[in-house]
Amino acid sequence: MEIILFELALTFYFAATIVCVLELFKGTKTTSLIMLSISVVGFVLHTINIIARYIISGHIPIANMHEASSFFSWSIVLLFFYLEYRYKLNLLGSFIMPVVFVMMLSSSMLPRTIEPLSPVLQSYWLGIHTILAFIGDAAFAMAFGVGIMYLVQEHYVKSKKLGGLFKRLPSLQILDEVNYKLITIGFPLLTLAIITGVLWAESAWGSYWRWDPKEVWSLITWFIYAAVLHLRLTAGWRGRRAALLSIIGFCAVLFTFFGVNFLLKGLHVF
Amino acid sequence: MNTLVIGLNHKTADIDIREKLAFDGPKLGEGLLTIRDLPEVKESVIISTCNRVEIYLNAGNTEKAIASIKEFIARFHGIRKESLNDALYIHHDIEAVRHIYRVASSLDSMVVGEPQILGQLKEAFEFSLKHKTTGILLNRLFKKAISVAKRIRTETRIAENAVSISFAAVELAKKIFTELPGKTFMLLGAGEMAELAAKHIMNNGVTDILIANRTYQTGCDLAKEFSGRAVPFENYPNELKTSDIIICSTGATDYVLTKSQMHKVMKERKNKPVFIIDISVPRNVDPEINTLDNVYLYDIDDLQGVVDSNIHERQKEAKKAEEIIEEEIETFARWLSSLDSVPTVIALRKKADEIKAEEIEKLINRLPDMKIKEKQAVEQTINSIINKLIHAPTVALKNSSEDKDILIATIKRLYGLEGNNEKK
Repeated sequence: MEIILFELALTFYFAATIVCVLELFKGTKTTSLIMLSISVVGFVLHTINIIARYIISGHIPIANMHEASSFFSWSIVLLFFYLEYRYKLNLLGSFIMPVVFVMMLSSSMLPRTIEPLSPVLQSYWLGIHTILAFIGDAAFAMAFGVGIMYLVQEHYVKSKKLGGLFKRLPSLQILDEVNYKLITIGFPLLTLAIITGVLWAESAWGSYWRWDPKEVWSLITWFIYAAVLHLRLTAGWRGRRAALLSIIGFCAVLFTFFGVNFLLKGLHVF
Repeated sequence: MNTLVIGLNHKTADIDIREKLAFDGPKLGEGLLTIRDLPEVKESVIISTCNRVEIYLNAGNTEKAIASIKEFIARFHGIRKESLNDALYIHHDIEAVRHIYRVASSLDSMVVGEPQILGQLKEAFEFSLKHKTTGILLNRLFKKAISVAKRIRTETRIAENAVSISFAAVELAKKIFTELPGKTFMLLGAGEMAELAAKHIMNNGVTDILIANRTYQTGCDLAKEFSGRAVPFENYPNELKTSDIIICSTGATDYVLTKSQMHKVMKERKNKPVFIIDISVPRNVDPEINTLDNVYLYDIDDLQGVVDSNIHERQKEAKKAEEIIEEEIETFARWLSSLDSVPTVIALRKKADEIKAEEIEKLINRLPDMKIKEKQAVEQTINSIINKLIHAPTVALKNSSEDKDILIATIKRLYGLEGNNEKK
């Protein structure tokens, strides 16, 4: 039952992605409304799927790679709705729904079995640590999408060729503002996720920090975003440079999330 | 009933002819009433703008109407009739419909897609309505033309992109800054072009304006006009730090803004974006400045380039608009032909026959054992009643030439024949 819900959510996200991509070529108010409604349906199904898994397993369903990617996507969509409501950035969906879809697709290809939680993970820290980490990562994913939008729009203005999406993309200033805002949301969450991780590690394994690859890469990610904020406030790194850094930062997020698990072995299950 | 347009526009006549033939001010009412009383003219509308003068008519005899209109124009404006021939164009029937559709949707304008013409056309129509010089044909034609223009406005992007330099500058500013109100704007040197661009920017809500001009007094005068603040020209570098939009047209032979200078300014501004428009020739701003982050520099050629590509866009959209127009012409042609007397006579007859068939069936149901002979007698009686009833309207339709369209419309309305022929 919960598997069907997941498949359905994936299908709806796929449909929304298709509409989003088509929107790049010819978009109207109707297309973006269609895209939003499809995404909302997908999101509702997705939410029920996550709740169902929680009821079946009896713990927060973020205990393997499948669940983690699924929850990651869920957080991005949630944040996407918030931004749609708050800022109404035209074409934002076209730059963010593909990320959601790819994330869900990779989740669908990973083993989905619900396994009993290993004793080490059985702790209230699991919920706190993972939710903080993923909402933070979702904010970075959004910043990534908005950063790309900024670079595209900036390219139009700088090159003085105002065709294509120039008319429909939001203004540079608002894109820069939202990009910054997202990082100020993501950074404290990442910081808290690292702190809770450290505390949890102490209670589970008896030491705060073990230079596990996941820990190391989280720290690298943290430094990148700390640099984004620091350079912005002190050296006025805004606009193009800030957008570029937020894209690099998200690559680090992705590597911490996927790369470390597949390339480097560590203590983290995901 | 003949649709007719006689007129001239920027393509066929020079400004001095257009000026002479314009129906401006009180001339419009005078002209319209004179035309109304000409023989062979049943309905009339005059459109008179700076780019076109057109007289739309519903005429009886076309040839005679054209001759008398030409006569009228020459007499009314006091010029020789022969000098009109080159400038005037005349469109009949479907061609006239196509023409007004193209005019209303701004395909015939000097700047394709400009929005004013639709308003001017509406005004001209309303003026004629008020003076009761229109009737069934022109009312329909003008209402249709207005709705076709609106349809084109929504279904194509013909009016979407800026096609003047000042508009292009404002459009760009809006894609750099979210909102223009609250931004600081500096006018570096004051020329006619700079003033025009300044006006557009002010119209979009910028209130904080600085003017640095070499002749301080001129700057002060301008500042008064824009309710801004004049600064001595030497002081402009100090103001760069707070200026978000700069329009430069000093007439200097050298750069007044250099890259290293701007580099320093950007540091002081903490990289807050700056939009610089250099409309001076030779250029007053080092083009290299555009390579700095968060500085966006457009010179006059760049803006012209934007305008040109927008015009090109509009021409592409104009093709779509022409297709819509062809479609709409067909609808109008169907309506026109439904107005003809023959279809109306046929429709009237058909309606009567339908009623007859219906009633006879009811009668048979009520009196099933009626004999054939009786039935025939009843039918005959009904037939002769029908024939007598529709005889008079049929004859009137066939004979009348005066006010025929009014008669047709009235009959259609009275007998409930409307809509049948038209919507198919």
